[in-house]
Amino acid sequence: MADETRAASAPEGGGGASRPEGRSDRGGDRGGPRGPRPGGGPGGSREGGRKYFRRKKVCKFCVEKIEAVNYKDVRLLVQFVAESGKITPRRLTGVCTPHQRRLSKAIKQARNIALLPFAGRAQ
Amino acid sequence: MNRSYEVMFIVRPDMVDEDLNKLISTLESSVTGAGGTAKSEVWGKRRLAYKVAKFNDGIFVLMMIEGIGATVHEVERRLRVTEQVIKFITVRTDEELKRLEKVKKLRDAKKKTSAVPAAAPAPVTPEAAAPTTA
Repeated sequence: MADETRAASAPEGGGGASRPEGRSDRGGDRGGPRGPRPGGGPGGSREGGRKYFRRKKVCKFCVEKIEAVNYKDVRLLVQFVAESGKITPRRLTGVCTPHQRRLSKAIKQARNIALLPFAGRAQ
Repeated sequence: MNRSYEVMFIVRPDMVDEDLNKLISTLESSVTGAGGTAKSEVWGKRRLAYKVAKFNDGIFVLMMIEGIGATVHEVERRLRVTEQVIKFITVRTDEELKRLEKVKKLRDAKKKTSAVPAAAPAPVTPEAAAPTTA
């Protein structure tokens, strides 16, 4: 009985588990413009055949066609600020370079006028 | 060559509406006196992300100004002198607005050409939008 359940659950956990990553769920549809690409980072078959698929991240601003990245739009900006107050890097959020540039500028302006904290969570 | 600016400033939370209105109108009149146009928006009381001058919240005011740099300089000087104002920021917006207009125009032009096969534009549009942003 115990053996059976273990045997059944083991492959499932190995194959189906997509790695929970920082903010990969935000990117919208899986695949994006270039179609689904399995395995941005292969899990490798070293550890007992464990594989996971990494979703291709897409730029939120390109997908939703948000052109104006403004320091006044705090609700948009907080999505790209870590809890510590840091700007989340592009490799975690998938934002494209031109948009990240504008985004970081907007965040810095918002910090200056006390809309966003420099460090830590807003009180 | 007029430019557009946004001046956002925060005044003390205990400032009376009357005084605030007076302050805004004097600022606006200084802009219009210098040949510019000004429009103000009071956001109301908001919590600050960090303490400013020992205040935890403040009244946010946004002022849109069109004019030359000297007018904005004058407004900034007035804000600095006014003790109730605890923080302000000036952002030049005309270049950003111009860019936005350009992007919008490009997008509209693209929409018109591809208006007929608009049945399934979803996979195409993100890619099409990318060059416009670059």
